[in-house]
Amino acid sequence: MSTSTPARAAGATADFLDTRIGASKLVKEFARKIFPDHWSFLLGEIALYSFIVLLLSGTFLTMFFVPSMAEIHYPEDALPVTMQGVQMSEAFASTLKLSFAVKGGLLMRQIHHWAALMFMAAIVTHMLRIFFTGAFRKPRELNWIVGFLLMVLGLVAGFTGYSLPDDVLSGNGLRITDGITKGVPIIGSYASFLIFGGEFPGVDIIPRMFTAHILVVPGLILALVAVHLMLVVVHKHTQYPGPGRTNKNVVGFPLFPVYMAKAGGFFFIVFGVLALMGATMSINAVWNYGPYDPSPVSAGAQPDWYMLFLEGSLRMMPGQAEFVVGGFTVPLNVIIPAMIVPGILLGALALYPFIEAIATGDKREHHVLDRPRNVPFRTAFGVAVLAELIMLALAGSNDLIATHFSLSINDITNTFRVLFFVLPVVTFWITKRICLGLQRRDREIVLHGRETGTIIRMATGEYVEVHKPLDDFERWTLVGYEAPRPREIEPAEDSRGVRRKGYRLDSFKAALSRVFYEDRIEPVTPAELAAAHSHGEHDMLPGGTDNVEPTALAGSGQDTGHTS
Amino acid sequence: MSSKQTPAQGAGVGVRGRDSGTLERFENPGLHPHKPRQADINASAAKRAERQAVTLFAISALASVGAVVGYFMIPLDQTVASVRLSNLTLGVGLGLGMLGFGLAAVHWAKTLMSDVERIDERHDQRGSDETRAEAVQLLKDGAADSGIARRPLLKGAVVGALALAPLPFIVPLVGNLGGDWDVSKLRHTAWRKGRRLAIDPTDTPIRAADVTVGSIFSVMPEGLSEEEHYLEEKAKAVVVLVRVDPRELDENAEHADWAYDGILAFSKICTHVGCPVALYEQQTHHLLCPCHQSTFDVTDGAKVVFGPAKRPLPQLPIAVDDEGYLVAQGDFDEPVGPSFWERLK
Amino acid sequence: MKALAASRRHRLAPVLLVLLALLATGVVYSMIAPAPKAVAEAANADDIATGEALFVANCATCHGINAQGGPAGPSLIGVGAAAVDFQVSSGRMPMSSNGPQAPVKPPQFTGEQTAALAAYVASLGPGPSIPTEEMVDPTLGNAAAGMELFRTNCGQCHNAVGAGGALSEGKYAPSLMDTPPSEIYEAMLTGPQSMPVFNDANITPEEKRDVIAYLVAQREPAAGGLTLGGLGPVSEGLWVWVVGIGLLIGSAIWLGAKSS
Repeated sequence: MSTSTPARAAGATADFLDTRIGASKLVKEFARKIFPDHWSFLLGEIALYSFIVLLLSGTFLTMFFVPSMAEIHYPEDALPVTMQGVQMSEAFASTLKLSFAVKGGLLMRQIHHWAALMFMAAIVTHMLRIFFTGAFRKPRELNWIVGFLLMVLGLVAGFTGYSLPDDVLSGNGLRITDGITKGVPIIGSYASFLIFGGEFPGVDIIPRMFTAHILVVPGLILALVAVHLMLVVVHKHTQYPGPGRTNKNVVGFPLFPVYMAKAGGFFFIVFGVLALMGATMSINAVWNYGPYDPSPVSAGAQPDWYMLFLEGSLRMMPGQAEFVVGGFTVPLNVIIPAMIVPGILLGALALYPFIEAIATGDKREHHVLDRPRNVPFRTAFGVAVLAELIMLALAGSNDLIATHFSLSINDITNTFRVLFFVLPVVTFWITKRICLGLQRRDREIVLHGRETGTIIRMATGEYVEVHKPLDDFERWTLVGYEAPRPREIEPAEDSRGVRRKGYRLDSFKAALSRVFYEDRIEPVTPAELAAAHSHGEHDMLPGGTDNVEPTALAGSGQDTGHTS
Repeated sequence: MSSKQTPAQGAGVGVRGRDSGTLERFENPGLHPHKPRQADINASAAKRAERQAVTLFAISALASVGAVVGYFMIPLDQTVASVRLSNLTLGVGLGLGMLGFGLAAVHWAKTLMSDVERIDERHDQRGSDETRAEAVQLLKDGAADSGIARRPLLKGAVVGALALAPLPFIVPLVGNLGGDWDVSKLRHTAWRKGRRLAIDPTDTPIRAADVTVGSIFSVMPEGLSEEEHYLEEKAKAVVVLVRVDPRELDENAEHADWAYDGILAFSKICTHVGCPVALYEQQTHHLLCPCHQSTFDVTDGAKVVFGPAKRPLPQLPIAVDDEGYLVAQGDFDEPVGPSFWERLK
Repeated sequence: MKALAASRRHRLAPVLLVLLALLATGVVYSMIAPAPKAVAEAANADDIATGEALFVANCATCHGINAQGGPAGPSLIGVGAAAVDFQVSSGRMPMSSNGPQAPVKPPQFTGEQTAALAAYVASLGPGPSIPTEEMVDPTLGNAAAGMELFRTNCGQCHNAVGAGGALSEGKYAPSLMDTPPSEIYEAMLTGPQSMPVFNDANITPEEKRDVIAYLVAQREPAAGGLTLGGLGPVSEGLWVWVVGIGLLIGSAIWLGAKSS
């Protein structure tokens, strides 16, 4: 019986696994786990899959890369011709060899570098999605911190990898790192010796970064990815607001087979796109820069995109800030742009969930996401920080902006110096206004229906546009949110005139809360809708009344496949 | 507005007003009714979707095979064109192999697997009061059993020993990382009195007469490339040499005697964070750092005119030897490169 | 009015508005940015006398009637034929508009006219002469030696592969991707505009040819595919956002959308 043999084999395997590790319990627990479906929930997966591609292509590269700074002469008969006979480190020479003499080596290098850029880009877009939809709220604050650490580790992984080929571009990046390190008060020069094993550049930095790049950092990333995903399972995924979605359920499709096929298939899509980029788009051709030497530097000397904000911060800072106190040099012209500004921006990002929790005073769990417009302060704050980071990245590209738009680099830098202070304020204010405007429009639509573009003439001769009222499902998406109000605090003194403890802290919390929630638009209430209907009968004219009968369908979602 | 759905807490609450019987908020209407797809109701649509997925899987398989064939068929024959072709073939094969597979799987899931939305219940992260009480009791019992509260000496010993235990690992690690820790090296370069200036990278000594007005030479100490710690020394000693019309220089400047007939030598290492300041605009006599655009005026002692650097580039005092070659009068009189805490000590 | 209001709220209205805003920005920019103007044609001849006639007609306004220089242009006595050949055959001179520096444009003179002008200026005082074909032949140069020279002396302004870069106050180092070898040689020799001079003591004639060999080698198609302008990490970052994240978010939207 040819059909039953595989079935019997599968059954035997299943039995083997179940009797050893209780596989049936695992399958029962996870196979029908529900995941909500939305494109923005795949941004984190792009990061995860890019990381897997990084591990695969990186393993390939380690087979051929030699992390040594010993000086050799490149062979006279090897490609590329511009490097023949040139003195270089073994690290650089092995990078050339694996690109030109190992079949598929260049492809893996290019895939690896594109995947690294993609990894960081995906992490950033994923963080933006989490931030603007409020997915970091209780109970997920810790996972936000884990994600934040993953982003920082991604920066470290990218920077150490970028420096490994020991070319002029990355070597100057290391030199800048050395300069910044030396600027740290008191311990600066010792910290520089610590990193480089003595004076810059030394012969230790490439082997050290190699260990960090292929062992320490990826190990930490893997461990934190495991924690990150475990917490996703513990919390179950968030979901966008919509009919049937509550804080007590999760609506979507089962892991097996739908998400296995979709998310699994998406891994292959990510890999495919990265491979096609590696096949057709040249990236970091280090032979253009040549092996590291402390004397040369090329125009357009920039780090990979995720470090550009730091580069821009350094470029923008006026030099006057350096000063000497008691004979000791304090280079604030380096410390402010390289440590304080990024520290504030990243610190604000990491701590935001806790700051917002204080302002809101909300202790409930949140699993239904916010539409960004419904939380104007958060959205505006996020856009302001984002605008600042983008502006810093542009400032880090000021020379390319100058050449490509025929502008003066000095004017650009001076403009950015002003924008550094003006831009966050302006973008905050504009975004907040836009959010409030969108909320008002949502109210309009709920109260009066959508415009249909159909004009009719009333018996009285009046022309009106037919508005189509929303059905219950559409309406719920627009009115289901809560608009938090500023916290109210107990008076400073009780009935007997005794000043109570903790009043100062409470009043701080209340002030913070007012900043967050002073301006708000409440969702439409049933009473308001009823009132609006009784005023405007024309909203309910024929042509606008094909909405579904609410009572007939309201509970239908309940019957569809409960799994728990 | 009546609904059979149990009102849930949080965002989905329908709250009754305190005073009246009217609803203060709308109620969650429950899931939207499922709309069947073409493939659910039309057998030929389902068949078409299946064919599309199979085609994509086939493209994937062909591309994978193509990449492997390309690996064996395309030799790397010492031309860039062959590397380019090999890279393209392998990459496109790998890419389409992956992409085709992924698109097929997703298409399959979207069109042929069930798209009826399902619901999982959520439960609070917080344990129930009983669980919490039980946990607290377990910890209390354990702590009491260990006796840590009753034996303060033991507590102190544990903490002390635990704090010291990592030191035998950390001290040798950090202690060795910095090499000889001799940070005074940052103060000296390879320049000595009488050492000739040579062109980087050819190591050709430079006659004063060869340095014409408007030119710039990238310079290092002669014979440096033969020395130990060549890169570390070069990283401090590189210099740019420019010649300007002596009339443009202030003869009464503090270090007027460090120049030779309008020839000036400045450290190439930026006083900001250490990039090579190599970009010279001969008309304005400005040296620029291409990394962060610090701009130095060579006719004014390389003072900063724009950008993030604060201090002028250190100037190397130069003279001419008997044979007409440019030589250093000595080392720089200050540390070159970026600022550090004890720089002026 | 209602129809207008309705169209204003059309879902494509924001897109249209953005396009209009972009267009307006473009128009304003094109009015602010300096625009090149056309320059009159000149006459035709090939000895010093004709060169002088051409000079008086086209160059003397700025450089003075005897090339002694003036408020608007430097003296040309002693700059040599190489400087004239570089400036005129690359179209930089005659300069057509006031800008931070003279841009490359289609040459205003024929080869013979340029040679006549060069001969006239060379007759005013000794200066560097135009290199021979052999001196600038990239096949005779050593690209690897050129790489070391280029990155030490040239890359800081012209970028690692000669894609060009920014100088201060709106000046720039031009791209060398299409520059003829003779002009590369002449530029090093004469130090036009902001560029410093690299005389034969600094970079020998053979070394100059090595630099040319390196730059010509950079024009070959790259091993890894499209070069994305050779501008380094910034353009690579831009492409990963536009192409990479763009394609993957597109795929994710398709993945998350309901099948019809």
